[in-house]
Amino acid sequence: MDVTLKTAGKTLVVRMKGELDHHAADSLRGKIDERIHNGQVVNVLFNFQAVNFMDSSGLGMLLGRYKQVKEKGGRVFACSLPPAVGRLFEISGLAGRIPVFDSEQEALKGA
Amino acid sequence: MDNYMLLEIPAKSQNESFARVAVAAFAAQADPTLDEIADIKTAVSEAVTNAIIHGYENESGKIVINAVLKENRLELTIVDYGTGIEDIELARQPLYTSKPELERSGMGFTIMENFMDEFEVVSAPGEGTTVKMAKVFKSSKKGCS
Repeated sequence: MDVTLKTAGKTLVVRMKGELDHHAADSLRGKIDERIHNGQVVNVLFNFQAVNFMDSSGLGMLLGRYKQVKEKGGRVFACSLPPAVGRLFEISGLAGRIPVFDSEQEALKGA
Repeated sequence: MDNYMLLEIPAKSQNESFARVAVAAFAAQADPTLDEIADIKTAVSEAVTNAIIHGYENESGKIVINAVLKENRLELTIVDYGTGIEDIELARQPLYTSKPELERSGMGFTIMENFMDEFEVVSAPGEGTTVKMAKVFKSSKKGCS
């Protein structure tokens, strides 16, 4: 999986490309946590536009970031969900915790 | 005509992608829809990831994947020879995970059950785990011939 990390104000924008499985989630987790821990960012926005596969390992990684960020008073949100990813958000109940937006632009407006 | 494939891989996370793509490529000959292919890939990914994380606890081991196509029906058996599951009913509960410290979502079995038409787990402590799943491709032309 290719990942681009961008900072928009106090929000870390995580643009993912490819497949978000256990293998990819493990390395992505480290990259994001580094930014959260050194205090550069408060919120995290996950952009799923170019994600063509996700399984429960992706859900676990998202839930983990949600808990960490929330502890520090920040927010986690997501945008541009392909239908298959949206379905996993619904089944797991993640949709009730992480707000979902249609586009990155729209998501950042509310950040 | 019936067809089958047999795949053995070491329990490495790099192989999760290979396993689900291999099964999807095999299943493609039954003309499944894109959604059905996505369901199979997700279910295979869950079972293989479970074998790596829970079965072998990230130590070495082998995973055997058997796929059988009978007209428009795909049967999958995914086997590991690892630690096995003590309480299968508990493990199947949505959001239950034995490894919260690894940020597991506890959704693996729930997803397999949801995405496939048939789902069964056979396991005992010390005896490994076998996941059996089946999916019927509803719109497949192969079923009508």
